[in-house]
Amino acid sequence: MTYRQARWNERLLIELSKKGRIGYVPPPSIEGDVELKIPSELRREHLDLPSLSELQVVRHFVRLSQMNFSVDTGMYPLGSCTMKYNPKLNDRIASSEKVEFAHPYQPHSSVQGLLSILYELSVCLAEITGMDEVNLQPAAGAQGELAGVLIIRKYHEVRGELDRRREIIIPDSAHGTNPASAAMANFDVVTVPSDERGIVDYEKLKGLVTDRTAGMMMTVPNTLGLFERDVLRIAKLIHEHGALMYYDGANLNAILGRVRPGKLGFDIVHLNLHKTFSTPHGGGGPGAGPIAVKSFLKDYLPVPVLRMTPDGHLEWVHNLPHTIGQLKGGYGNIGVLVRAYSYILTLGPNGLREVSEQAVVSSNYLMNQLNQEFYRISFAEGVPRKHEFVVSAKPLAARGSSAQQVAKALLDTGFHAPTVYFPLIVEEAMMIEPTESEPREVLDEYASILNSVGKKAFENPALYKHAPQNTAVGPLDEVKASHPLTLTLNWKGLRRSNEG
Amino acid sequence: MKKYSHLLPNESEIELMLKASGHNSIDELYSDVPPEVMEDAPLNIPGPLTQMEIERKIGKILSTDGASQDNPPFLGGGIWPHYVPPAVRMIISRSEFYTSYTPYQAEVSQGILQALFEFQSLICDLMKMDAANASMYDWPSAAAEACRMAMRYKGRKRVLLASNSGFERRSVISTYLRGAGVEPEEVGFDPVTGLLDEGELEQKIGEDVAALYVEHPNFFGCVETGIKRIERIVHEKGALLIVGVEPTSLGILTPPGEYGADIAVGEGQPLGIPMNYGGPSLGLFAARGDLAFIRQMPGRIIGMTTEKGGDRRGFAMVLQTREQHIRRERATSNICTNQSLMAVAAAAYLSLLGSEGVRKLAKVITSNAHYTVKRINEVGKYEVPYFKGEFYSDFTVKQTTGKHGSELFNSLRSMNLFGGVPLSWFYKGYEDISLFSVTEVHTKDDVDRLVEALRKVA
Repeated sequence: MTYRQARWNERLLIELSKKGRIGYVPPPSIEGDVELKIPSELRREHLDLPSLSELQVVRHFVRLSQMNFSVDTGMYPLGSCTMKYNPKLNDRIASSEKVEFAHPYQPHSSVQGLLSILYELSVCLAEITGMDEVNLQPAAGAQGELAGVLIIRKYHEVRGELDRRREIIIPDSAHGTNPASAAMANFDVVTVPSDERGIVDYEKLKGLVTDRTAGMMMTVPNTLGLFERDVLRIAKLIHEHGALMYYDGANLNAILGRVRPGKLGFDIVHLNLHKTFSTPHGGGGPGAGPIAVKSFLKDYLPVPVLRMTPDGHLEWVHNLPHTIGQLKGGYGNIGVLVRAYSYILTLGPNGLREVSEQAVVSSNYLMNQLNQEFYRISFAEGVPRKHEFVVSAKPLAARGSSAQQVAKALLDTGFHAPTVYFPLIVEEAMMIEPTESEPREVLDEYASILNSVGKKAFENPALYKHAPQNTAVGPLDEVKASHPLTLTLNWKGLRRSNEG
Repeated sequence: MKKYSHLLPNESEIELMLKASGHNSIDELYSDVPPEVMEDAPLNIPGPLTQMEIERKIGKILSTDGASQDNPPFLGGGIWPHYVPPAVRMIISRSEFYTSYTPYQAEVSQGILQALFEFQSLICDLMKMDAANASMYDWPSAAAEACRMAMRYKGRKRVLLASNSGFERRSVISTYLRGAGVEPEEVGFDPVTGLLDEGELEQKIGEDVAALYVEHPNFFGCVETGIKRIERIVHEKGALLIVGVEPTSLGILTPPGEYGADIAVGEGQPLGIPMNYGGPSLGLFAARGDLAFIRQMPGRIIGMTTEKGGDRRGFAMVLQTREQHIRRERATSNICTNQSLMAVAAAAYLSLLGSEGVRKLAKVITSNAHYTVKRINEVGKYEVPYFKGEFYSDFTVKQTTGKHGSELFNSLRSMNLFGGVPLSWFYKGYEDISLFSVTEVHTKDDVDRLVEALRKVA
């Protein structure tokens, strides 16, 4: 049966607007309206927002939502994004009045319940990562990374070595956020290549580690879905040179309960609760990127930190001797953190371990079904993958098709495409992460669709040049989208309907 | 059956799946992991619990907390209590939105893309700026990224911060700039009005300054009536003006684009997002200028285009060569995950209110704040506002009895009222000054209760 995504001709809000309409009426003021005593030049004259009724607004956004692919509508196997199911219980917990109506400056004594959840969550995350101290503040993985590189920076500064330690080593298979974060702390990025095993080339690394090295950032398993089996000797090498080891938690969903980053020699870890711990991605956010450190770095954490007094009272503490400072307002994305806690409670120790095991089983199961004629397994054939794997659509590209066209063809079938063209070290890369949530028969279906698309593209390389066609829109004009002459970043300049 | 079986559909087929992929056991899939790091002992964490057990357990943990819709805090300063229209809640509960990822595949993600494009448009309309991004984490981090953008664009190393801006904004800016080896310098305020000290600004600014960050209204709630003069002082030296705003105030106040702000940032939480104990909230970020300047913006930006060779409208992420997944260490920022869902909430909120609603809301907020100030002054033991500048929703209260602000804070707490953040938390001195906030959610009963309590503790 052919898949069709909703295809509303949904106009812009300003085109639906009609003067005199309103969708929400604020309550009246307590005792008449007052005029601010300010110069007239500071008083707003024109305000030009659209006017719509409540139904119009609701219908508009519901129609838009129907033109949006999501985990709840279909398999979404974006590699390194861990698009697992987001349990509905967690949303219910996070929408509690006690969470939503709490103000960050409220007295500690009035939020002890909420604080105890955050405290418990920290303890759980420390245990899961094998680290000593956790801070829940970073709003996303990239902000966790920023916290991490600032800690590396401060650590060397306190030891009087910052002038010399200018470099962060990052594997060529790493996410773009790693080098971008390192740059935000003014470090130079040194890239270490992967070897034929698809993991860090230890021999080459030896030549790169010097007394200028401040730290090394690694993702384990890496973005190829391969476990960095040399990680222990890498950590030893880095530590011998006085540098620190940073763990990017994007791929933690492969190793819960089996391997703890703390034991691998990492000094700093960040987690993505919106990946591993099932909190929804929200079309791009919010997430949460807590960081965890070994005890020798606990005085460097962002402030405030949550502390328990001897009588069991929880409070935020703002003074830490070497703190890197504050990274965001408040204490973290609380609504996301509460969801993650609910997820941990749901699974417990054995459940979390089974989550990873089944994510890994699913990934290998799916990989094994793909036709190697079209999708070459990249690096280390025969080595089991972890939660994700990468194939190359090079055989298809050689005939004039591409990973991009396969991705677009998939969209026409009601499945989401894998991550494509990443990691950069694989040509025509397709990075697939099925997660533990997808039933086996859906994996079977995905494999069979991928194989059939591959076969058709192999035989008729031009077949998918104009895909997708069954989606809310067909292929978009990307050149026009970013060209300076046609670039349109908002509706300014468009004709406004009924607005005079 | 396990308590978590509902999350693991393939539990009973693991053997079969292993065999099909040529493996004999799960352990075999971890055979490349050094045996010395493999854990045998189970994690020491709680659970598993069923859904009902968790709901009851967490309900019980939270039951003694004081947060309640019926008892709105008199607290602001960066997060404010506001009413969230049910339509906004419903819209962001659409799981097509909240269980989707960043819209890398535009053709199947038109919903979130159009919603974010409309968010950017609404923010540009509200702030009168040329381009807004699709969200930052929150106000403080947006302010910090704005300072970094100014330094990058101007190639200058000094940044000035108005010391009457929010403590958390100033601390996060400092954290972000420290990464670049820069310590921002503060510009003080007039001790009577609470407004920026323009004389000090003139002394400190120079042609090596990238930007001034100033808030309007400022942390004391005061409208920065000198903002136009401040703009001239800043631009005369070729520096950029970065303004932090509370968005509902733009229902009354001139928008940043009209008094010459180059970058406007702010907290989007008042636009239909619950307080959530401070997060998730919503960072607003908008810029005014030519394309070379816009290109220096951090974060995702959505653009409108058409189908290839057609005229059907479509939306896609644009100017991606600024971003980390392409530019890596040369990206304008490391931001990847942002606050998209909160941006959808804000878009829904602003379209529900429209111009009339936003104007009305701003008027109600400031009227309620002025009403409360009048009532507190009637008690006779307080000087309100302490800083004399005209205020919007937040205001300062001085206890003429000389009592410490934290004493007042705790006394109110003991009467189940949350309000009066001691200014001494953020500034040296000012022991007897407290910060209060009033919005449209506060009723006459709420204010009566506050005034009665203030009378008692005076």
